[in-house]
Amino acid sequence: MTTEHTPSGLIGASIRRVEDPVLVAGKGCYTDDIQLPRMLHLAFLRSPYPHAKVISINTTAAKAMPGVEAVLTGAELGERLSVPAIPMVPGMKIPPHPLLARGAVHAAGTPVAAVVAESRAVAQDAASAIDVEYEALPAVTNAEKALEPGAPLAREELDTNICYIATKKGGDVEKAFAQADHIVRMHIASPRLVAMAIEPRGVVAKPEPTGDLTVWISTQSPHRVRADLATAISFPEHRIRVIAPDVGGGFGSKGPLYQEYALACHLALKLGRPVKWISTRSEDFVTTNQGRDQAMTSELALKRDGTMLGLKVRVVANLGAYLQSNTAGPPQRMMAMAPGCYQIQNCHVEVVAVFTNTVSTGPYRGAGRPESVLNIERLIDKAARDLGMDRLEIRRKNFIRPEQFPYRTGVNVEYDSGDYEKSLAEALRLSGYENLIRQRDEARARGELVGVGISTFVEPSGGAGFESGTVRVERTGEITVLTGSSSHGQGHETVFAQIAAEKMRVSMEHVAIRHGDTLAVQQGVGTFGSRSAVMGGGAMAIAIDRVVEKARRIAGNLVEAAPEDIVQADGGFAVAGVPEKKITWRQIAAAAYGRPVPGIEPGLQETVFFDPRREAWGFGAHVALVQIDRETGTPTLEKLVLVDDCGVIINPMIVEGQVHGGVAQGLGEAFREQMLYGDEGEVLTGSLMNYAVPRASDMPPLILGETVTPNPFNPLGVKGVGEAGCNGAPPAVANAVMDALAPLDIDHIDMPYTAPKLWEAIRAHQEKTKK
Amino acid sequence: MKDESIAISLSVNGVKHEAVVEPRTLLVYFLREHLGLTGTHVGCDTSQCGACTIHFNGRAVKSCTILAVQANGAAITTIEGLGREGVLHPVQEGFREKHGLQCGYCTPGMIMSGVSLLQTNPNPTDEEIKHALEGNLCRCTGYVNIVEAVKWAAEKMGGKPQGKGKN
Repeated sequence: MTTEHTPSGLIGASIRRVEDPVLVAGKGCYTDDIQLPRMLHLAFLRSPYPHAKVISINTTAAKAMPGVEAVLTGAELGERLSVPAIPMVPGMKIPPHPLLARGAVHAAGTPVAAVVAESRAVAQDAASAIDVEYEALPAVTNAEKALEPGAPLAREELDTNICYIATKKGGDVEKAFAQADHIVRMHIASPRLVAMAIEPRGVVAKPEPTGDLTVWISTQSPHRVRADLATAISFPEHRIRVIAPDVGGGFGSKGPLYQEYALACHLALKLGRPVKWISTRSEDFVTTNQGRDQAMTSELALKRDGTMLGLKVRVVANLGAYLQSNTAGPPQRMMAMAPGCYQIQNCHVEVVAVFTNTVSTGPYRGAGRPESVLNIERLIDKAARDLGMDRLEIRRKNFIRPEQFPYRTGVNVEYDSGDYEKSLAEALRLSGYENLIRQRDEARARGELVGVGISTFVEPSGGAGFESGTVRVERTGEITVLTGSSSHGQGHETVFAQIAAEKMRVSMEHVAIRHGDTLAVQQGVGTFGSRSAVMGGGAMAIAIDRVVEKARRIAGNLVEAAPEDIVQADGGFAVAGVPEKKITWRQIAAAAYGRPVPGIEPGLQETVFFDPRREAWGFGAHVALVQIDRETGTPTLEKLVLVDDCGVIINPMIVEGQVHGGVAQGLGEAFREQMLYGDEGEVLTGSLMNYAVPRASDMPPLILGETVTPNPFNPLGVKGVGEAGCNGAPPAVANAVMDALAPLDIDHIDMPYTAPKLWEAIRAHQEKTKK
Repeated sequence: MKDESIAISLSVNGVKHEAVVEPRTLLVYFLREHLGLTGTHVGCDTSQCGACTIHFNGRAVKSCTILAVQANGAAITTIEGLGREGVLHPVQEGFREKHGLQCGYCTPGMIMSGVSLLQTNPNPTDEEIKHALEGNLCRCTGYVNIVEAVKWAAEKMGGKPQGKGKN
């Protein structure tokens, strides 16, 4: 097998991944694969209590164990070291987030003491030999309960559980509601989810003889993490090199700086030896940012004919006990897309962000998008039901129309482009919608519980500031691309090489994509929020254009032709009209780094910091057919059709893979997954024994389709797609489940749709009808 | 603990190894940390994820469920022992051909389970493939292309996969 392809036609081709030969051979290098001489291992003692005072810590036995190098508690660490939180929302309360607990713990899993030892096993042994006396405090884990009068304070340093309240509004909401013929009211809660990247988090910190620090971290954002690390341990940023080696999935959860990374660095510097920490899965369940856990109370005002007039949403967002740098991200995102695909100019969206005694939340695939889509798509289905309208008709009536783009929504956000009718039509066609409805009606007539659900959605991508790209033609004419967008499974080395090779008219072998090393790569942001192709691709595309322009001038000088007479040709350039008069990249590079070309600065490298100051709004439509067993409550997803529009597609194979993965996580949310806490705040789903990640046999057959609406504001015409699957699939399933239960007069049930939950609802209906 | 260390002898990827290990050493850590075979991954601590799947006397097992001392006398194959130098095993090739991997972390375990399946069932249905991979978690691919990868390999290896599953 070879990746030898002709330079033209690369964009849009399902090129096999450049990354794979190494990974399928087991020769990848993930953080835990890094072994260094004299390396020490870090382990933690963590609080089993969700909320407690730490009365005393006895480390004597741990310190005396052979092989133990250091034992550290929060008191010994002092006030200076803590995890920095960015005030993403003005006025948000930022309570202390020390690297190790100081005086109190606020969530199960909070690290109370750290041990560094010669081996992983010794470190763990010593951590369990530490004796801690706790005084339990009342805990609260549910965000809505945390707002009730008399609720325990999750953070006793504050006089409230509210971290911040933020609002977005537009139009005249009160007037809209006053004019309404009908108001739909719903309360919808999205389950708390665990990202569950199969590679747990980890870090290796190595002090260099020069006094510098090299750190390998399983992260999505090496540059951001480096800056936060510098702040956390008061160490100069420019003396830290952060490397993201192969990263085994992240899904948003590997974005921020976590306290273990800072502590490993602090200890490595202090002890003068490399320090490694690799999370166990159990630790991961109580330390890594979790997702969703937003509860929406909404009102949708409509005219009798289904025209949407106004939307009020109050989101109670559970932040957990400690703020990570990106904890406020998902609620902000939720607000920004509350009206979905619809023309609702009168909006009032409020987020009440709440501290509880739980693991921090933060971006997890979707990061506010799935909550928002679920909310508006359930509301619109309920509106259709209440008004006796067809759910397609009500959607079509309110869609933002193609000619209205760029469109500024009722929450003052601009969508670049879209054609929601088109993707819906394609999804209906692929699903054989009329047939599905007939199937449903026939099954319903037989007394079976069968439902069809639809979800249309937007998938905002890009954003989060800039992304960087450097394109360098080396002395031999080969091309190196340095991207700030750091891959953790998305296939950047393939997709970016496709773009560069096509635009520079070379083979993919001629291009090397480098990422994930702050020493090699200029400042960058990272991979999250479906932003890589849009932002990293955009930066690279502009840098390529600049390199090509400079090369054209050099080539013109070499052949004594005017630059405008130089055209791109396979392998470099040619003189217009004289295709045999070729100037290769190698010749141009030799000139760029060799004899000075008059009026042209030496070198052939361009760096671009790309910020289009707008996001790219992908979209799509999903259709689900669900059957529920009346006797057991077991739901079966019989059919799932997914039509996505992510603008220009660079590699269809990779786009499909992104959709598959997003859908799998979406179906996990819809049917199985939920992080649960008990009445006392204890963790109930702290391992894979009781947190149900989908397995191979849980996946239904998927039918994928696409429409292509190019992004007019992006150099490549692309939009993101990484989160589309988990945005659209869960609401489509939710609407299908509720459609199946419609004959039982059940209005709404929150995900996940486990058999016991559905069985209870069916039984409750039976009890009611008996009376 | 160290005083109780036990001598073991085993074959890994056709190479004989003698070692002295702590009795509590799990086979996966022995492979990774003593032999440097880091292609076998650790993804959980409850034997659920299957990232550590290897072949133990020809059978696919999770190497986190076995102590290194239990492997005394055994023949082990890890992902590094599949295929030949420079030539991928058809299942490895299938994963690339069908985009059966994204981050690659679960992949070695998936491949070892897939190879094991095809050794006993060269013509698996989709359902049989999914069943055989029940013990392996993937969070990136939604399993769709993993099933396709195993089918691709089955065909390549001479079996004739039976398309869609029985149910």
